[in-house]
Amino acid sequence: MIEGLAALYIFMLAGFTGYEIISKVPVILHTPLMSGSNFVHGIVLVGAMIALGIAENTTQQAIGFVAVLLAAGNAVGGYVVTERMLEMFKPSDKKPANQENK
Amino acid sequence: MNLLIQASYFLAAVLFILGLKQMSSPVTARRGIQWAGAGMVLATLVTFMSHELTDNPQAMTNYILIIVAIAIGGGYAWVSGKKVAMTDMPQMIAMYNGMGGGAAATIAAVELLKAQGEVAAGQNTNALLGNVGLSAHPETIAQAMGIDITILAILGAIIGTIAFSGSIIAWAKLDGRLNTNKLLPQQQLINLVLAVVLIGFAVTVYFTNELMPILVFFALALVLGVFITVPVGGADMPVIISLFNALTGLAVGFEGYVLGNAAMIIAGTVVGSAGSLLTHLMAKAMNRSVSNVFFSGFGTNTAAAGQGDESGGSMKEVQAQDVGIMMAYASQVVIIPGYGMAVAQAQHKVWELTQLLTDKGVKVKFAIHPVAGRMPGHMNVLLAEAGVPYDLIYDMEDINSDFGNTTVTLVIGANDVVNPAAKKDPSSPLFGMPILNAEESENVIVIKRGRGTGFSGVENPLFLLDNTRMLFGDGQKAVNELIQAVKEL
Repeated sequence: MIEGLAALYIFMLAGFTGYEIISKVPVILHTPLMSGSNFVHGIVLVGAMIALGIAENTTQQAIGFVAVLLAAGNAVGGYVVTERMLEMFKPSDKKPANQENK
Repeated sequence: MNLLIQASYFLAAVLFILGLKQMSSPVTARRGIQWAGAGMVLATLVTFMSHELTDNPQAMTNYILIIVAIAIGGGYAWVSGKKVAMTDMPQMIAMYNGMGGGAAATIAAVELLKAQGEVAAGQNTNALLGNVGLSAHPETIAQAMGIDITILAILGAIIGTIAFSGSIIAWAKLDGRLNTNKLLPQQQLINLVLAVVLIGFAVTVYFTNELMPILVFFALALVLGVFITVPVGGADMPVIISLFNALTGLAVGFEGYVLGNAAMIIAGTVVGSAGSLLTHLMAKAMNRSVSNVFFSGFGTNTAAAGQGDESGGSMKEVQAQDVGIMMAYASQVVIIPGYGMAVAQAQHKVWELTQLLTDKGVKVKFAIHPVAGRMPGHMNVLLAEAGVPYDLIYDMEDINSDFGNTTVTLVIGANDVVNPAAKKDPSSPLFGMPILNAEESENVIVIKRGRGTGFSGVENPLFLLDNTRMLFGDGQKAVNELIQAVKEL
């Protein structure tokens, strides 16, 4: 368990870290980065698993089930769309492999 | 075992931060998401071994439920994420983000209900002990969970629930399933009252041990998320989605504290602050403040403002053949794409046209406004999809001084981002927003579906200028005609 003050330090340092990461990003990467950070908060899946894991009756299990379901959607969906976006970025020396559209 | 789990969470947090860091450069971006992905897989796998799961008498059932839920939720997201068109990316991000917010809120719900159940179960014992002046069991949820944990659980619940229902509305609006900006009269006032009542119930949940306030509390938060998002104009959607993304991160961080999970605290807070800054940057690029976005329905009540009553002329139509000739003999062509290009799926044709012109010795550049499309960088993603190398793509600051040397500026489906009223007309709702200086180039060609106003509902005096010609039609069809025209030369 993380005690109050230690958690406060973690909140602060993590906050500055996030600020630092974003402050130097070119506009071209804003959407992929929003999508990427959207994926990163998919870590809520871990919490959802614990919430379902500690559930002791049917109500708690049902809500926990929804939590895991939603969290898994966040994590997997966030990864898939970010990956798809980023794999398209390439510099001009590499000729695009496929000119055919659709 | 516990040490292994904690070490894995630590490593996952490091991978998330390094991954996000690498995503801030186009060269390493792809590796970045893969690192973050590895961190996620690691964190998920070790959680199966955590004592919270293994110690529960219901462990077997819960394991099965977890695996089934991951399979359904993950499977749905995998399929939908793989097949969604690049143009629909913004609403998918909104959708997945909403799911994350919902997950954070439901975690809080489990914790609160669990505490409420414990308190209620202890009541009978308390009644007996109370007779002899003892109180062995907590009487309120706050006493059962601890002050700090209860407060953060409730805050995370509010934020996560609002992000959940708000993101769903944002998704529905961007996906064209919801086309209204009006829900109730005096919406802002109602929202304010609702927010106050919601806080009242949050306090009630804290100080009592009843089930009902918890349920009402979550229902109110859901409704508030809807009410906040419905009036937001389409042009402000990217800001709202980014804001909800940051809020979800924050909610995840708070629930991480509730569960004593460092990986969630770190990842959630990093996203919360990164997302807040990103939201601020977006709002600034549109010359809007975040509170502005929240508290005024842009494009709903301002449509009448800035109407071109000084009428600088009329729109002048042009044929594709003429434009083809104009561009083929130009020294420099700048292409300004907007959401219209995305809707028409014209990005592949635009790249084909670019290659034809480049072969003829024309210098072609792309100019991207920070908020072109529905999200910052939306256009970059689409152009990248078509194969346009990113070194042909210029940001607003880098290209704005270059329009004076440009023979032809081709505006495809963009409107507000090239509206000179933003510079000249203080009565325009766009006034003060930095724009691309398309009007400074020798010729401006605007490809547009019809004569109507753009997304924000604001008239664009650029279309009426002497050096502007309109090429009406669907983006893809119009660019196709241009390609034919250039080929025939």
